[in-house]
Amino acid sequence: MPDQSVLPRQFRVVGQRKRRPDGIDKVTGRARFGADMTAPGMLWGLVLRSPHPHARIRSIDTSKAEALPGVKAVVTGRDFEGGERDDVSINCMAGGKALYDGHAVAAVAATSKHAARAALKLIEVDYEVLPHVTDVDAAMQPDAPLLHEDMVTDGLQPPPDRPSNIAARHEIGHGDVETGFAEADEIVELSFKTEATHQGYIEPHACVASVSPDGSADLWVCTQGHFMVRNVCAAMLGLESSQLRVTASEIGGGFGGKTTVFIEPVALALSRKANRPVKMQMTRAEVFRATGPTASSSVDCRVGVTKDGRITAAQAELRYQGGAFAGAGADMGAMAIFTPYDIAHVKAVAWDVVTNRPKLAAYRAPGAPMAAFAAESTLDEAARRIGMDPLELRLKNAAREGTKAAYGPTFPRIGLTACLEAVRDSAHYKAPLGPNQGRGLACGFWFNFGGETCTTVNVNKDGTIGLSVGTPDIGGSRASMCAMAAEEFGVPYEKVRTVIADTASLGYNDVTDGSRVTFSSGLATIQASRQAIKRLCQRAAIMWGIDEEAVVWEDGHAKPASPNAGDFAPLSLAEIAAESANTGGPIAGHHEVNAEGAGVSFGVHLCDLEVDPETGFVKVLRYTAAQDAGKAVNPDYVEGQMQGGSAQGIGWALNEGYVYGEDGKLQNAGFLDYRIPVASDLPMIDAIIVEEPNPGHPYGVRGVGETSIAPPLAAVGNAIRAATGVRLTETPMAPPRILAALDAKVGDPDGRMTGQERDAPGKKARDGLPDDGLP
Amino acid sequence: MTVTVTTTINGDHEEFVCEADETLLDALRDHLGLTGSKEGCGTGDCGACSVMLDGRLVCACLVLAAEAEGRRVETIEGMAEGGELHPLQQKFLDAAALQCGICTPGFLVAAKALLERNPDPSETEVRYWLAGNLCRCTGYDKIVRAVLDTAAEMRSA
Ligand code: FES
Ligand code: FES
Repeated sequence: MPDQSVLPRQFRVVGQRKRRPDGIDKVTGRARFGADMTAPGMLWGLVLRSPHPHARIRSIDTSKAEALPGVKAVVTGRDFEGGERDDVSINCMAGGKALYDGHAVAAVAATSKHAARAALKLIEVDYEVLPHVTDVDAAMQPDAPLLHEDMVTDGLQPPPDRPSNIAARHEIGHGDVETGFAEADEIVELSFKTEATHQGYIEPHACVASVSPDGSADLWVCTQGHFMVRNVCAAMLGLESSQLRVTASEIGGGFGGKTTVFIEPVALALSRKANRPVKMQMTRAEVFRATGPTASSSVDCRVGVTKDGRITAAQAELRYQGGAFAGAGADMGAMAIFTPYDIAHVKAVAWDVVTNRPKLAAYRAPGAPMAAFAAESTLDEAARRIGMDPLELRLKNAAREGTKAAYGPTFPRIGLTACLEAVRDSAHYKAPLGPNQGRGLACGFWFNFGGETCTTVNVNKDGTIGLSVGTPDIGGSRASMCAMAAEEFGVPYEKVRTVIADTASLGYNDVTDGSRVTFSSGLATIQASRQAIKRLCQRAAIMWGIDEEAVVWEDGHAKPASPNAGDFAPLSLAEIAAESANTGGPIAGHHEVNAEGAGVSFGVHLCDLEVDPETGFVKVLRYTAAQDAGKAVNPDYVEGQMQGGSAQGIGWALNEGYVYGEDGKLQNAGFLDYRIPVASDLPMIDAIIVEEPNPGHPYGVRGVGETSIAPPLAAVGNAIRAATGVRLTETPMAPPRILAALDAKVGDPDGRMTGQERDAPGKKARDGLPDDGLP
Repeated sequence: MTVTVTTTINGDHEEFVCEADETLLDALRDHLGLTGSKEGCGTGDCGACSVMLDGRLVCACLVLAAEAEGRRVETIEGMAEGGELHPLQQKFLDAAALQCGICTPGFLVAAKALLERNPDPSETEVRYWLAGNLCRCTGYDKIVRAVLDTAAEMRSA
């Protein structure tokens, strides 16, 4: 990892709560998101989706739809056979089989939404319905309905001789767990299940595609990565990258869900066929049924501890289903599961499974929250067994500089102990609790990524700065880029304007994911700025007629390096820029990098809640999130990431989950039935920013976007355990499940609420009522 | 079947033609170019399409365009007076009460409606009033604070 030699330093702009440059358009309604674009002569595109979770498509008859007045194009899987037909392509438009309820099977473009809707009804699909499976454990059974006849489990020796729904097996670890468990005084073993959740971004996917007869094409789209969209769509449609220009609109949330394509290639195919621009916009139901939720999981977890609180061994088996295609991310879960702790003997086995559900997409620290739910709940139970404060247990075993993580690396400077201490020292940690209330603590971890990045900075003649980056801004990254450029140039923050350049205007940039943007686009911005500053110094040298080595840059001015260099009044950036025509032309800087050294991030969450023993209703009362940001470039938006991730995690813990019926169909494809937290569900969320500088970044920055969703599931579960004496091992931990657990518990010695106490009016009132329908 | 609708939008007289079953949200966005009101769900669950209809807070996705006939519609585009932001808009900007910003127009319209009927809301009142507006980015913390702070400033102004 490149050591950027982070020295303690005074920042001028970085670290301040600067107003975001794109904010004004967003508070006035002027900002243009995916669905806010139109094009002259535009058609409306709609998708026909499979009503069956698993079916062979015998034939599709589109002739009646095509004959409908106003219909200009109809496409099916056939229209994609000329291009690359990989999983992403087949997910966008089914081939021979529909693999889940909601899988796209055809699409139309028409002059009005009305005509497009009418046309969908006229498409005749002849399905042969096949048996289906939606649960991960069921899908692993030898007699389970098979999704792909050619899927042979990867990572098994010897390779299996028959296909199954198990795409791959992975194993992570070091030491010898049996040796470790032999050293333990207590061993806790628990099994967990989490239901799939959805990112729930408020903006449905939308795009406008326009393909010209010569094959050149433009695409406007809300995405986390327009370069990825370009490459994938071009491959699917048989275009060259240079033929397709993709512009990233403002994006109304993504959280990982907009790191792939769904309707974009379809819109392009329709536009090409119709020879007119096509706009497509998903409905909310389509977003739930046919975009990329998380994996659902089933995890067995085993932890051994000594009486004095040393973790001697940890072991887990993680089974994740990620929908109809390989790639459930169980390996990420295995890599993350015990990483917050320094443990000599660790083993984690991961199974990647396919089922008849939509293909998963990334969701904030993908794979980690369900793993952390298992590990942090088991650890909480272990702390109870040995009578140790759960924070104390974690502090005793916390990973720190020099710890070798089970997934490979030895950590440089990291911030986990600092986060634990920050929570321990908070007022929240010491606050008293009332009856039926409990407090839960959990840690979380995320790797963070760097990746391919390229940035251009232009010095304008009036002394202002234009910065072009290629990473879509989801949560205020333009503000951070402006701050970092202003810091380098020594100009006011307001003098820098950052735009997200389209794919024709800048080199390739990886997707905005892996908490990578402030780190890697920031890194590239700093280096590009430094290159431009070097050129500014060269120009000043020319203006002064001295050697460029004799010029330094300080406080936004070129200055002679020493009195020996000559006696010149400092030249401001604006003065040098104004003269640029006479000193060699425009001044710019550029940087390309495949950034490494992203710097891992840890977080610690503390949750207080109250459980209503009559209804099982959980009210979150107080919530604190501490997280290592390395260096917070804009603390407002770092806090925002921590608060937003916490809220999503609380939703995952308490309410959210895909509900599949026996028929294999999604039962809750809307915000009414898939209920994300609303303002009245939550308290304020206290964010404590910890700053342990990342040695891989010039300012010490670490990504902050994802870690915050890893701890909440267990923080909530541990708090419910503390409040009620029952351990919930399945999400969502919704009232029916909590009541069932309370009913099952009779006279648990260390629970505050005994079975007898519970057996009061609430239970009687519920007797004889049907089950509430949760799985 | 199409209908012609005559209405007042942000103080301006407007006339448009739409399908009889089209929503006010579609009319605003598709026919009038007022794309500040957002469609997050189309089923009344997210509040991103919040507008005022004759002074009442409604989800534009649940109102038929034809129902706007002869009535007064106010949208996010009319919230600032010329170049002068409404105090709520200014506060959202200053207090980082938005991340992606897709929910922001709906929250601003809804929060303005709240402060017009209750200039001194408690935190709980703000949270319940805004419970019809979904935000997936912020965890609501900075939004609720921004509304409370704006209310305090407007009272002392
Ligand atoms: S779009 Fe109207 S409430 Fe969601
Ligand atoms: S700021 Fe993104 S949904 Fe609210």
